Amino acid sequence: MSANIHIQVEDFDVSDEVEALTAGQPTTGAVATFTGYVRGGDGLTALILEHYPGMTEREIARIAAEAARRWSLTGVTIIHRIGRLELGERIVLVAVASSHRGAAFEACEFLMDYLKTQAPFWKQEERGGGVDWVEARQSDDAAAERWRKS
Amino acid sequence: MNVLYFAWVRQKVGRSEETIEHKPELRTVADLAALLRARGGGYGEAFADMSRLRAAVNQAHVPLDAPLSSGDEVAFFPPVTGG
Repeated sequence: MSANIHIQVEDFDVSDEVEALTAGQPTTGAVATFTGYVRGGDGLTALILEHYPGMTEREIARIAAEAARRWSLTGVTIIHRIGRLELGERIVLVAVASSHRGAAFEACEFLMDYLKTQAPFWKQEERGGGVDWVEARQSDDAAAERWRKS
Repeated sequence: MNVLYFAWVRQKVGRSEETIEHKPELRTVADLAALLRARGGGYGEAFADMSRLRAAVNQAHVPLDAPLSSGDEVAFFPPVTGG
């Protein structure tokens, strides 16, 4: 199984990506997708994302390979946007194809948990004209940590 | 060695990368961080509290006691916040 990994400024279309992931894969019986959006409601107007070109792609490929070792997968697509993203815009897509739903659900969550704690992206929050770096969250570390025990 | 800085580390040191000659006394990532901290100014600020920093060598996450060699690509950055 080879993973489709894209780091891009442009938006993506979830149905197009699911279509591409399942095309010509007769053993696929399930696709689980996670889409992350820029969340507002607390004065936030935009996120600005930067990354470490080269390492990001390698880290995500490593995480996808680990998912493919743990679960029987027929395909993985991971898209992460960079640059300035406004309220309601899509940030990230993780789509996982498998023969059965259990593996697809679990691998999708595993990939998101590892993406958040391992892939070298950094976010700034824009609110009221000011810009601040987002601090890493303990709860994200804890979410990734639980997969080490299972 | 090529040394890269990301996020607020880049902002504090005022550049995104630089070349630093590898010397025998730069045994580990922590040794390089100490050298950079000793420059003072924005470097002093960026490297003041190593618990706030993470590092990579040749594009893989490493602990601060990871060894360095000539030709390595070393990066310093805050804990990641993607997704």
